[in-house]
Amino acid sequence: MAARKTVKKTNVSGDELKHYYREMLLIRRFEEKAGQLYGMGLIGGFCHLYIGQEAVVVGLEAAAEEGDKRITSYRDHGHMLACGMDPGGVMAELTGREGGLSKGKGGSMHMFSKEKHFYGGHGIVGAQVPLGAGLAFADKYKGNGRVTFTYFGDGAANQGQVYETFNMAALWDLPVVFVIENNQYAMGTAQARSTSTPDIYTRGEAFGIPGEAVDGMNVLSVKEAGERAVAHCRSGKGPYILEVKTYRYRGHSMSDPAKYRTREEVQRMREERDPIEQVREMLLDGKHASEDDLKAIDKDIKEIVNQAADFARASPEPALDELWTDIYAEA
Amino acid sequence: MTMIEALRDAMDVALERDPSVVVFGEDVGYFGGVFRCTAGLQEKYGEERVFDTPISESAIVGAAIGMAAHGMRPCVEVQFADYMYPAYDQITQEAARLRHRSNGQFTCPLVIRMPTGGGIYGGQTHSQSPEALFTHVAGLKTVVPSNPQDAKGLLIAAIEDPDPVIFLEPKRLYNGPFHGDHTGKSVSWASDARGDVREGYYKTPLGKARVTREGAAVTVLAYGTMVYVAEAAVQNSGIDAEVIDLRTLLPLDLETIVTSVEKTGRCVIVHEATKTSGFGAELIAEVQEACFYHLEAPIERVCGWDAPYPHAQEWDYFPGPDRIERALRKVLEV
Repeated sequence: MAARKTVKKTNVSGDELKHYYREMLLIRRFEEKAGQLYGMGLIGGFCHLYIGQEAVVVGLEAAAEEGDKRITSYRDHGHMLACGMDPGGVMAELTGREGGLSKGKGGSMHMFSKEKHFYGGHGIVGAQVPLGAGLAFADKYKGNGRVTFTYFGDGAANQGQVYETFNMAALWDLPVVFVIENNQYAMGTAQARSTSTPDIYTRGEAFGIPGEAVDGMNVLSVKEAGERAVAHCRSGKGPYILEVKTYRYRGHSMSDPAKYRTREEVQRMREERDPIEQVREMLLDGKHASEDDLKAIDKDIKEIVNQAADFARASPEPALDELWTDIYAEA
Repeated sequence: MTMIEALRDAMDVALERDPSVVVFGEDVGYFGGVFRCTAGLQEKYGEERVFDTPISESAIVGAAIGMAAHGMRPCVEVQFADYMYPAYDQITQEAARLRHRSNGQFTCPLVIRMPTGGGIYGGQTHSQSPEALFTHVAGLKTVVPSNPQDAKGLLIAAIEDPDPVIFLEPKRLYNGPFHGDHTGKSVSWASDARGDVREGYYKTPLGKARVTREGAAVTVLAYGTMVYVAEAAVQNSGIDAEVIDLRTLLPLDLETIVTSVEKTGRCVIVHEATKTSGFGAELIAEVQEACFYHLEAPIERVCGWDAPYPHAQEWDYFPGPDRIERALRKVLEV
């Protein structure tokens, strides 16, 4: 996979690196726990884990400001944790409980937070992309200088409505960052088997939308590219595309037989490119943290995730009459 | 006032009253709409609030949902109801369900206007009546006005409604009532009291039907263009029928329907859309559930045939007054 604009040496502070380490570790441990609860039968249905892709959302959240919006697809747990939504509320939605962020009405793919400007969690591939443009339109209309991060995958990049949206966003100079999380596989189909262009961001050229490929396994690269994209959008120049080359370690969903790639390929990515290990090395090599410091962070994260899981198991199931609420506004 | 002018007046009023209202769609801004419903609005409110879009129904509706979720009130035009299919995913899976799956955190106060129905020689792809595809979806409201007075009041109510509203405008009624005789002289709204539209702001509530003709022998349920065709059939037959214009299909004004059918004991349902799984099937189910012991005869449906909307045989397909009259006589025979 292409690894360009990788940020190697940097004057990034120890505190900042520790923040990234912590945020990425939270996502990883949360997702591992979700996988466990799934295996125990406490989470049913579909569950798309973000393990391997942590640097994407953590890097981009570092480039965001208060009031900026984010909207994404069904692989959404990482986005929610990275923008500060409560891990217990996310986990309890996975288990379908009253304490879930959508009170059990949404499940893994459909959660929201008005407070954190998180507009979901959408289960239909690519359907969130025009909504992201609409959010950006509303911000532009209100003149509030906000930017919308509209995430979608390499699979969604072959949906027609993505290009309808590119055209509109460019035509109307909408402040939207299109983040293509290219994890190399559209469900079980490798990019080379599904996509005519190796670099998907180049498709923006047809609409006059600038973009770039980014090393999505390196959180500093992602953050730096995110800042360029956000500056472009905030200055009123219209949309920007970031194709973040990343990799998911786990299956598309929980029932993935993983027949479409080799174990060795996954193993190689984990050993050589892991986003959390990269930051861990930076912290230790730069003497920003000791092994003990990192162990303390690990312990802290483990505690947060365990609490989230406990909450998700203890929270009661929603009352049956919730089936009928929030379909229409109350008369 | 024509229905076109009434709809324009409604959007004018809404744009004037609420800065979060925007109006857009294909040809809607500079050109003023293919049916002229938005003529002059861009001049009055500017390109920021009344504007053209690319021919991209999916992204038009999708972007409108994003705007609505973020505090705006978009009023979108899909140029023909037949063009909504690329946006059907957005309408059903995003607009209709955003409130529920976000546990009420985000809502979608959005109106999608679409010219609907036949009688204009539009053939397969410019004549369809897809209302049942919307009434099947929980979370949507579906409105079909039949005259300028209602069209204005219902559209203002739809724009102010907190939920997504599908607003189907019978295009055969844009310039005048149509009683089903295509060979006859066209009638203008100036000659019909229902074309007399009040100035300024008023709302016609969603979910309220209207009895357009009182009668005791049989209840006719109709909406859109079929209200006039049904009235013509009743007139021609001399039967003392009660005609109900449903105005809103969802939420449905079952109370008005049940009151009438309990009185008459007989019911004929008329719509342009194809019969099988059409909205008439839902009406039959509701009426028999609520009025079974009052019914004197099986309920009759007069609908478009279960065929693609035709080109050459439009007037054999379109439910005309003669077919409705036969149905009226049939339910009275029992």
